[in-house]
Amino acid sequence: MLEIRNLHVTVDDKPILHGLDLSVGPGEVHAIMGPNGSGKSTLAHVLAGREGYVVTDGEVRYLGRDLLALSAEERAREGIFLAFQYPVEIPGVANIYLLKSALNAIRRHRGEAELDAMDFLSLVKAKLRLMEMDESLLYRAVNEGFSGGEKKRNEILQMAVLAPRLAILDETDSGLDIDALKVVAKGVTAMRDPERSMILVTHYQRLLDHIRPDRVHVLAQGRIALSGGPELALELERKGYGWVEAEARKEAGSAAGGVGR
Amino acid sequence: MMGAADNPFVDRFVSAFAERQARLPGASVPWMRRLRSEAIERFVELGLPTTRDEDWKYTNVAGIGRRAFDVVADVSLEGVGELVAAHALPGTHRLVFVDGHYMSALSQVGALPEGAHIGSLALASVTYADRLAEFFGGGNAADGFGALNEALWSDGAWIDLAPGVVIEEPVHLLFVTNRGDAASFPHNLVQTGDGAGVTVIEHHVGPDDASYLTDAVTRIVVGKSARVNHTKLQQESRKSFHIARIAAEQARDSRFGSHAFAFGAQLARSAIATRLAEGCDTEFVGLYVGDGRRHVDHHTFIDHAEPRGTSRELYKGVLDGSARAVFNGRVIVRPDAQGTDAQQTNRNLLLSDDAEVDTKPQLEIWADDVKCAHGATVGQLDEDQLYYLRSRGIGEADARALLIRAFALETLAGVVFDPLRARLEALLPGRRVQAI
Repeated sequence: MLEIRNLHVTVDDKPILHGLDLSVGPGEVHAIMGPNGSGKSTLAHVLAGREGYVVTDGEVRYLGRDLLALSAEERAREGIFLAFQYPVEIPGVANIYLLKSALNAIRRHRGEAELDAMDFLSLVKAKLRLMEMDESLLYRAVNEGFSGGEKKRNEILQMAVLAPRLAILDETDSGLDIDALKVVAKGVTAMRDPERSMILVTHYQRLLDHIRPDRVHVLAQGRIALSGGPELALELERKGYGWVEAEARKEAGSAAGGVGR
Repeated sequence: MMGAADNPFVDRFVSAFAERQARLPGASVPWMRRLRSEAIERFVELGLPTTRDEDWKYTNVAGIGRRAFDVVADVSLEGVGELVAAHALPGTHRLVFVDGHYMSALSQVGALPEGAHIGSLALASVTYADRLAEFFGGGNAADGFGALNEALWSDGAWIDLAPGVVIEEPVHLLFVTNRGDAASFPHNLVQTGDGAGVTVIEHHVGPDDASYLTDAVTRIVVGKSARVNHTKLQQESRKSFHIARIAAEQARDSRFGSHAFAFGAQLARSAIATRLAEGCDTEFVGLYVGDGRRHVDHHTFIDHAEPRGTSRELYKGVLDGSARAVFNGRVIVRPDAQGTDAQQTNRNLLLSDDAEVDTKPQLEIWADDVKCAHGATVGQLDEDQLYYLRSRGIGEADARALLIRAFALETLAGVVFDPLRARLEALLPGRRVQAI
């Protein structure tokens, strides 16, 4: 599904990722954990196609294609979805307009007919129920005046409607109370599918109590410092990130020495 | 001011005035004749404004001064039918003016309540001269365009409502210019008695590619506790020049709403002013859209002269290409106007590097117990919003169009008459997403 090799990324001339490798197979759920500033969000946005993130080396292949050659909208149409850590407010654009425009753009790309109003509404309403959201949210401006929890639920609602092949959830658990976390986790779990891969970017273990990942990776110093099974998340919860970071720094130091810097 | 004596533009209109004054509306009414003579003298004295005049600093009308426009006496109706059909609004009383002249055959005024007059000002100047005398302004034009209109006005709407008379259907004033090089001088007078109410839609259109001048004046007298809503829809040809003033005078406890939508013209300038008596309520909303090398200027003036007035002002601009916009919003709170609550906002969206806006809020506060706020912004489309939409699969051009439209849409909030709202929605820049 997704193959990342030796990815180097700079933002505003500042190197953030250097030498990241990651492989995610179909149907797999991977958790990317790590301390603040380790590059987790950068990885999420590089995959989604945000401008201003400069790839200086390495490659990303998605379904066998060069992902980095595609624009943000092309990636979305090819089945990539990023649930934002900070969903953007768009006054004047109703939530339902965004959903309909996005879904139809993706369907057109796939050569499918646009959904008519009836089919579209029944699809959206089913997903609203799943996310325990009120129908009135559809007619409000995108994320405008939404509470933190409503914004995160709205992200998962969009994901449920757009049915991506690769979903990247950027700190979807942050800022959620325990009830909202359960609803979000339920929505995500309902979307697990042998054809759909997920990357859960998170600082804490707690989302992983509800969504059990196949693999857990720790990002430190701009690369994957450690990988393991679900038990790694629990170990990190107990021991913190300090020891992984120390290991990563040591390794980065010796690597830098190796190229004579 | 321009040296008027040897200016061909001035000479041309002075000659036109000399030639026609005996046939202009109200020529048989001494006070009207006197007002016109004084106005043409004032026009000669003022000439056209120049960028040395503070009020015209950013709007250069020298291009108008170099043009030879004709005052139209013999109206041609060729092609007018289509324009009227295209721009008519259902469910309104409609007055149509072509090249500044009232066309009764194209107009359509439905049944009116007792005490309501809607019709041609030129006709009224003969039959209701005494009534007009109470309200007719003039004699103090601020600039040459105003003076020229007062001297040469050919016709316009006269709306006169007795106290308590409310007209439910909006009054649609459709000003059609039908020939290139025409100069037309519409002059409208709206008088409302105490507790009366009316919605007026002042609509200016012209054929594509025609170059002409519209120099319009609208005076609105709002009676005590009366409600007047004035919507201006400027859809002049993209090669035309449009200069207009709207001046309202509000008696106590009245409400006045001015909505101004500027889509057309090569150069457009609207000066919109109101004076609030005690307890008045005023809403000014505007949207201006410019592209190419077009120029659009709004000067607004809200005069809180007496206590406890409330004013809300929101003007928004969307500018592309090398378009240029001017917004000058003056709000004065005079010493007697305690308890005033005034808010003004001007927001501009620049879609290209060459588009430009000069925005100048002017708040002058001479009373101490007041609540006043103003703000102005000039910016581009929000990159985070664009990225968010694109990350959902919406293409860049569509995402931009969606955001531009969302920005402009806010100015339609107060437009409650559905046919007008639908017309405006179709004219908004940006892409319309089909409703569910």
